[in-house]
Amino acid sequence: MALSQAEVLTGLAEIVNEETGIDTTQVQMEKSFVDDLDIDSISMLTIVMNAEEKFGVTIPEEKVADLKTVADAVNFITEAQ
Amino acid sequence: MTRKIVVTGLGATTPLGGDVETTWRALLAGESGISTLEQEWVERHQLPVKFAGQAKVKAKDILSVPETKRLDPASQFALIAAREAWADAGTPEVAPERLAVEFATGIGGVWTLLDAYDTLNASGPRRVLPMTVPMLMANGPAAAIGMDIAARGGVRTAVSACASSTEAIANAIARLQSGAIDIVVAGGCEAAIHPLPIAAFASMHALSRNNENPTGASRPYDTARDGFVMGEGAGALVIETEEHALARGAKIYAYLVGGSVTSDAHHITAPDPEGTGAARAMIEALDQAGAKIEDVVHINAHATSTPVGDIAEYTALKRVFGDHLNKICVSATKSSTGHLLGGAGAIEAIFTVLALYERTAPPTLNLQNQDPEIPIDVVTSPRKLPEGEILAISNSFGFGGHNAVVAFRSAN
Repeated sequence: MALSQAEVLTGLAEIVNEETGIDTTQVQMEKSFVDDLDIDSISMLTIVMNAEEKFGVTIPEEKVADLKTVADAVNFITEAQ
Repeated sequence: MTRKIVVTGLGATTPLGGDVETTWRALLAGESGISTLEQEWVERHQLPVKFAGQAKVKAKDILSVPETKRLDPASQFALIAAREAWADAGTPEVAPERLAVEFATGIGGVWTLLDAYDTLNASGPRRVLPMTVPMLMANGPAAAIGMDIAARGGVRTAVSACASSTEAIANAIARLQSGAIDIVVAGGCEAAIHPLPIAAFASMHALSRNNENPTGASRPYDTARDGFVMGEGAGALVIETEEHALARGAKIYAYLVGGSVTSDAHHITAPDPEGTGAARAMIEALDQAGAKIEDVVHINAHATSTPVGDIAEYTALKRVFGDHLNKICVSATKSSTGHLLGGAGAIEAIFTVLALYERTAPPTLNLQNQDPEIPIDVVTSPRKLPEGEILAISNSFGFGGHNAVVAFRSAN
């Protein structure tokens, strides 16, 4: 069964927290991974990899650069399920 | 100009305890850090050696989740030890450009490397973590410490197998004598209790196979010794110029008065049976200290509990100290901690410093029948050291023919 946007956001926030220590409540839809959450590129790649595993989706490498905000990632994952 | 160099902070996580105080008290109490490995991979691989000295406190119980995810276990131990040492030194205020790190490992991030290879085989290249390279590299522990304390005066990693961290401490002397650096965080770490290193060391018959009696397996100088016991953990020392330490009112544990590195060019693993290179390292360290052999009252020996290694070190000791060797009390603390490989020299330097600071040499466990070919005064229960100005040395030797020796003088 496909997860809702809210469920994807919750799961993604957990992944971000495990990798970076950023509090899950800070991982909000409008936040930018780089500008707001200060996530470096190597952490971003790890988050993508863990998201693929957790949500059973494939995020192409050329797509990663387009995932600028949390909403970008949540929407992509929700649709790709 | 020759500067006096002092030790002002100590940190460790070892098979005996998660910090220096716990480790030192357990060592003096004659406790063993060695135990049977309960991991499923021991039986799965039918390992011939089923015990080791595992860190008493798990790193994941100390560090944050991101730290444990982004650091190899070796770096995790390193960070824990370095933070304790830094706090113990009073969290010194120092210009980042005048703060350096000399932090060693023998093997590096072996868990990371082998886990990544397992992932590659099982799931393909897209599942190999992006942090794999920075986590497995041998300079990873030194770099992690350097970032943590903002050291910009140079972060370096000595890699000389089981001599690594003693070499790192010796290197710290040169950094401080250059005048460009005020403080060095020095030491070493290892986290290699993984089935592959165990299989590999066992394959070369370097490890004890006393599976029935793990706590009795590491028995330096005993006639029944049959190899070393692997250990894991880290040790860190804050080392600085006396001038800098006095100016900030720091507690001084001991003077670091000598450090020397030599090489055998004899055999890739076997020690030179004449002990010439090891002896030269000891003599050079004492020369730097401006000391006579008669000044030395205590030695923390390399003494891994291998049949040939213990004899070779004795030959070197006899070559250096002659009859004075009878008046030196020798501690072989690997009997208690196991052999921390690239972390061994660091924790043994800490034990040597504390022996001077508390005037107490730590005991050697499991000496039941002393090898008649090694007639030395082995400390088997805590031994009071003399008052006054006294000197002690710590020896480390490594595969590759590496010999490293550091010398400390009492400060209190």
